[in-house]
Amino acid sequence: MSSRTLPLLFINLGGEMLYILDQRLRAQNIPPDKAKKVMNDIITTMFNKKFLEELFKPQELYSKKALRTVFDRLAHASIMRLNQASMDKLYDLMTMAFKYQVLLCPRPRDLLLVSFNHMDAIKDFVKEAPTILGQVDETYQQLIEIYTPLSSGEFQLIRQTLLIFFQDMHIRVSIFLKDKVQNSNGRFVLPTTGIFSCNGEEVSRVQFPSGGNYSSALRQGSLEMFGDRVIKLGTNMYSVSRPVETHMSGASKNSGQNSKMTTPNPLAKEELNMLARLMGGLEVQKAGNTDNGFRVNLFATDEEEEEALMSRPDELSYRVLNIQATKDQQSDAALARIMGEFSEQGDPAPDTNSSKGDDLLAMMDMM
Amino acid sequence: MYHKEKSIQIKNSASALYNNLSVLRIAPRSITYFTVVHANTVSIISASWDGLNYSHRQLQSKEPNVATSTSLIMQAAWCILRSRELLVLTSQKGIQMYEADGSIMVYWHALEAPETPTAQAVFARGIAAVKENYVCVGLSSGGILVFDIPSKGDNIILCEMLEEHKESVTDMASECSGSQECIADMVSADDSGTLCVWKSGEESQLLNKITGFDMGCSSVKLWKGTVVAGYGTGQIRLYEAVTGILHAEVNAHARWIYSLDIAPFSGLLLSAAEDSFVRVWHLALTPESNSMEISHMYNECVTDTQICGAKFCDGDGYAFAVTGYDLGEIIRYTQT
Repeated sequence: MSSRTLPLLFINLGGEMLYILDQRLRAQNIPPDKAKKVMNDIITTMFNKKFLEELFKPQELYSKKALRTVFDRLAHASIMRLNQASMDKLYDLMTMAFKYQVLLCPRPRDLLLVSFNHMDAIKDFVKEAPTILGQVDETYQQLIEIYTPLSSGEFQLIRQTLLIFFQDMHIRVSIFLKDKVQNSNGRFVLPTTGIFSCNGEEVSRVQFPSGGNYSSALRQGSLEMFGDRVIKLGTNMYSVSRPVETHMSGASKNSGQNSKMTTPNPLAKEELNMLARLMGGLEVQKAGNTDNGFRVNLFATDEEEEEALMSRPDELSYRVLNIQATKDQQSDAALARIMGEFSEQGDPAPDTNSSKGDDLLAMMDMM
Repeated sequence: MYHKEKSIQIKNSASALYNNLSVLRIAPRSITYFTVVHANTVSIISASWDGLNYSHRQLQSKEPNVATSTSLIMQAAWCILRSRELLVLTSQKGIQMYEADGSIMVYWHALEAPETPTAQAVFARGIAAVKENYVCVGLSSGGILVFDIPSKGDNIILCEMLEEHKESVTDMASECSGSQECIADMVSADDSGTLCVWKSGEESQLLNKITGFDMGCSSVKLWKGTVVAGYGTGQIRLYEAVTGILHAEVNAHARWIYSLDIAPFSGLLLSAAEDSFVRVWHLALTPESNSMEISHMYNECVTDTQICGAKFCDGDGYAFAVTGYDLGEIIRYTQT
């Protein structure tokens, strides 16, 4: 449907990922300098210029699997490692959080405010790193340019496209269950009281019996680079004292339909296109290669993590396709372009005689 | 006024698309067909009136070229014509027309799509049967295609393209009262809320254009010369079709309206929105002022469901059916 959906999907899921990682890094008492490096590295990768150029081109959404692969790579763009169960949980949390935001935003245009809440938070994460901040600001500008002129109908089409992407996902998230915004069957609670979706003067109020209780609309949030977004959807809901948790077992009856969307199809390889290749090229730091590497766990203990991996229902498995980017001729070209991009950013150009893989690794080390 | 009946399970949940439920009542066989869109598939359910027999069928959006990604379906609706019923599917790739039970595809119209995706999405949306032998389908470009349907066979002819809308067509409807006196016999709506009122036929004629207010009109109906339009603001507006005079405006829902339907014999109006409410209204023409009045009759909350489809199951509005985003069932309500 809408060919303008992918950038918003990526930025908002990325924003949710950063909230969760930030919370876990603090909860596991990772030294601040290492934690900072992880956040900075991931944000740098997320807002890589070439990558975003690809992202902002009008296109259909990628398959769930392709997108999951992208986020696998993104989460591992630094010295932090997540094992399979933690990565699954991270992705579940990200997707359910953004699904909630898409579903609950009163007006389709509010999707932009949700995105800006994420962008504002990302800027705050890198406020001490001017180079990265510049990268993020550039994307901010792009979002404003592309999305503010769109009509309400076009935003509704984007929203409907996102809702199809998230359809039949009913993973229960403890933070939502505790806040009573999600039911035990995995469906989100829709309030029948609250605010109207549109601005306008209330002429006279006629109450329909049990027809809900609504008050007049909120004012429109700021669509500028700085400003009050008014709505809270898309802001950080995690803190150290509010851990991240999901309940996989007993996910609603519809969860089985997930598998249909994730079963391999003959075009899967085709779908893992430029986007995934670009991202694939960016995963260069192997945990073993560096003394600084560490592992983050999204569960309370390692035992719990292991158990989650074993007990994860099959239909929720993403069966991530590993892309061997460096073995792919075509992506070599893509890698070369990214490398060019990195050297333009003012980092000293690495020795061009060594192999491409090493170059990129060296460059990432220097960042 | 209504009570909940046993709901019908569907194999795939409904997608969040405007007017995502269509109902066809086949009296001679005592069955009712329902259809709901799920991403790139359409579920067709036939339910016998005694509630004992249900049969399911799935249709996929046909791909003229397998190399492209799967195309999403925007709408599925039955078109009742003089001597036949057709099931019409609109998608990102084109328009498919099936025999009413979905068994045979009788026509395929491909949309012209650019090689590389453009910022402007390409799709067809908005389906209406007009004047016994025409099926009209709206396009994302704002155009409306008019197809001439023979009484049988597959010799369907594209006879004209109407270009009045500047934005994507959202919904279309024909005069449903059956009255021959009404000059206007078709209405179309778009993303900017603009309504076009037509006298359709061999050469369709634009009778009136009612400009919107930059808020999409997602569902539209035409009854006894009155246009009933539901908007993204949750409002319902009643316009005299030919003159464009506004008869009534109701702040009917707190969120985006997804579906309207009219029971032509009783003048009942059904509205459903993302606010999880489905409401029943009564429309009446007051002879003195010759204007249409609307009154609230009934409402029902489908808890935690953003409703995307709601339709009366008969011409009197004795029963109606509802479905919503992520919901794997069609819920039915019957008058008590």
